[in-house]
Amino acid sequence: MERALAVDGRVGRPRVVAARRRLLDEGGVLLGLALVLGLFGALIGPQFFRAANLELVARQTVIVCVAALGMTIVIAAGGIDLSVGSVVALSTVVTALLLRQHGPAVSALGAIAAGAACGAINGILVTQLRVVPFIVTLGTMLLIRGAAKGFADERRIEAPVTWLNSLLRTVRDGSGVLLPTGLWITVLLAVVVALVLRYTRFGRHLIAIGSSERTARLCGVRITRTKVAVYTIAGAFAALAGVMEFSKLSVGDPTVSIGLELDVIAAVIIGGGSLSGGKGSVVGTIAGAAIMAVIQIGCSQQGLPTWVQQIVTGTIIVGAVALDRVRT
Amino acid sequence: MADAVTQAPGSGAVRLEMRGVRKAFGATVALDGVDLVARAGEVCALVGQNGAGKSTLMAIVAGALKPDSGSLLLDGVPYAPRDPLAARQAGVAMIHQELSLAPHLTVMENILLGVEPVRGPLAIVDRDRMRQIAAAALAELGHTEIAPDAVAADLSPAAQQLVEVARARAIGCRVLVLDEPTSSLTRDDVRTLFDLIGRLKAQHVAVVYISHFIEDVKQISDQVVVLRDGRNAGGGATGAVSSDDIVSLMVGCSVGDLYPRGARRRGEALLDVEALSPGDATFTVHRGEVFGIAGLLGAGRTRLLRTIFGLEPVRSGRIRVAAWTGSAAPHERWQQGVGMLSEDRGGEGLARGLSIADNITLSRLAPFGPRGLVWPSRQRAASAAWIERLDIRCADARQTVAELSGGNQQKVAVARLLHHGVDVLVLDEPTRGIDVGSKVQIYRLIDEMVSAGKAVLLVSSYFPELLGICDRIAVMARGRLGPARDVSEWNEHSLLMDASGARAS
Repeated sequence: MERALAVDGRVGRPRVVAARRRLLDEGGVLLGLALVLGLFGALIGPQFFRAANLELVARQTVIVCVAALGMTIVIAAGGIDLSVGSVVALSTVVTALLLRQHGPAVSALGAIAAGAACGAINGILVTQLRVVPFIVTLGTMLLIRGAAKGFADERRIEAPVTWLNSLLRTVRDGSGVLLPTGLWITVLLAVVVALVLRYTRFGRHLIAIGSSERTARLCGVRITRTKVAVYTIAGAFAALAGVMEFSKLSVGDPTVSIGLELDVIAAVIIGGGSLSGGKGSVVGTIAGAAIMAVIQIGCSQQGLPTWVQQIVTGTIIVGAVALDRVRT
Repeated sequence: MADAVTQAPGSGAVRLEMRGVRKAFGATVALDGVDLVARAGEVCALVGQNGAGKSTLMAIVAGALKPDSGSLLLDGVPYAPRDPLAARQAGVAMIHQELSLAPHLTVMENILLGVEPVRGPLAIVDRDRMRQIAAAALAELGHTEIAPDAVAADLSPAAQQLVEVARARAIGCRVLVLDEPTSSLTRDDVRTLFDLIGRLKAQHVAVVYISHFIEDVKQISDQVVVLRDGRNAGGGATGAVSSDDIVSLMVGCSVGDLYPRGARRRGEALLDVEALSPGDATFTVHRGEVFGIAGLLGAGRTRLLRTIFGLEPVRSGRIRVAAWTGSAAPHERWQQGVGMLSEDRGGEGLARGLSIADNITLSRLAPFGPRGLVWPSRQRAASAAWIERLDIRCADARQTVAELSGGNQQKVAVARLLHHGVDVLVLDEPTRGIDVGSKVQIYRLIDEMVSAGKAVLLVSSYFPELLGICDRIAVMARGRLGPARDVSEWNEHSLLMDASGARAS
């Protein structure tokens, strides 16, 4: 038996393979982030790395990041959510409407509850209609966008200025210690989601569903319950991103964030998530979002036109997917 | 035995001869001086556990790998194919376990793929000649019922396999390697395949037959070559070695009784099924017994098990598990102490992309942390114990299941039931497509479980296995489960009679 162990070619390599894979999963995207940072640092000079500039990058990426945290668990569970941009818009509208009569905390929580409800509807439709999530959320994308416009009467909703508006302002003229409060919230949530994915039964169950739904079902995982929870959480995250969007806009705007879902999905994919499910990393997702923000800011500070920026971002998405193919 | 064959003119000439073949991949020696002789008009069976070196040896024959040392002779001439195409041109064809027809092309296009007859300066494919050649090749194999114009995807797996053989014959193969050809065939199809192999023998083709099924090997081969750990473990004329000998050579030690039987004591009824539809089934499984369900593919056995486990809806009837009555979802069945092993190992039984630890523990993560938390280190420690106990060959518990061999994958799936600590094990084809060593281990495990007072409900299409490990057997045919009888009242013949519906019940 000892010898068979040595002869079986499958036995020796996997440890190396597994180590290499882990490196590719998160190491690849972190390396990519270092590369784009280095590239623009070299082009623009040391002022690119000034604290204020890095804060700008962070503020630029935070909305995509928050929504992408939700998308990471949806994609890890083998789903997709195209309604993110619409939920963000709805959330800005709900926040603005609630602010007219309530305090900022109640308004923000109300918006997040509305987003969670949208997510729950996505989850229920996906599990009960047994239609692929791409189609379901393509439908709810329009549905929720329409609802947002309806609530807002197709206008921008003015709202009183509160501390919500300073969530993403720079530390100099806003709130927050060291970083804007909105960024701290994002960091905290990222840590929570990473821990949930790795250290909870819910996290292991959703990854099992993404990896093989039939196996998860055979093993007694409650598919419907878990999936509805996943989409609900994703909806809540999208709505929180909407609260942050409102903080930047200071009005409720039902036409904002059209197409945001694509940036969000791109961040997850660049970060090592697989559209076939079973994989997703919070660190990767955030690095993926950061890569796109660095390119965007770097290009504009370098005076490069938007089209260059789009070509670079597109190349990186395709490259990330190609890397994913190599891995599997 | 096989008189007609040995008397066939020209048979017995050495067609393929391999001497002292050695092949290493880095530090691991896959083949260490292997000899193999295949004679024209004979079937040479190549058997061995997974990892014994069969695939490497055949990859060398088929030109996909080059040996480090050793000699190959084809009809007495040195043979060293540069690549698989050169091997095919030299007359060595290989048919893999996974069929490799282009599903959208027709039968004749598949048969002549890459060697299409052409005419004219534009090299236009001559479809008439193509049809002729394909029809001739199929006729030679005695299967004129397959139309050259049929689309490959529309054919049954058995017919597709035939088309592959016809493709091999159309290029004039002298050596045909069949890798696990019967693993996805029904019994009737196996008979057809064996007739076909008989025809190939009559045409002086040397057939190398790789299989896990010892009964098939005994039935079809003239010579047996057993590999173990990259070396010749033994072999000889098939008539001169027994099945037990072959298995002993494969696993490297005497297996003693292939089907162990500990002290089993039948206890209280744990699973009680009454007039259950689908399946029209009424039976009871007790503690301390293995209850077997025999039947052919498509008889509805899997559906019955899935219904019991809550994966498919109950139409009518009653299921009782210990104190619980009524239908239940899979997670409730687990809570009631019932665990199921799926026949579809890759698609349902295991999440191939996840680690061994995740697969073993998925149904019961509660012990690994308080209140919905899971500490991966505890998960891995628990899995490591099962890896050790079931002798699962792997790097560690973090390795993904897809990287394991079939037998080791199945042991991971079985370990899940043991980790959960279920009382009723519902096993659907637990040994399909896995190597003999793993089979023996699973048989032992089933016996240990039953001797320890658990109940096992087992479905299998492999009758010797059922007769070997079950205490009672019922036969399922055309969606109906027949009455259960004690295993001593059954034999392979009577099982087959009932399963094929030859004996109306």
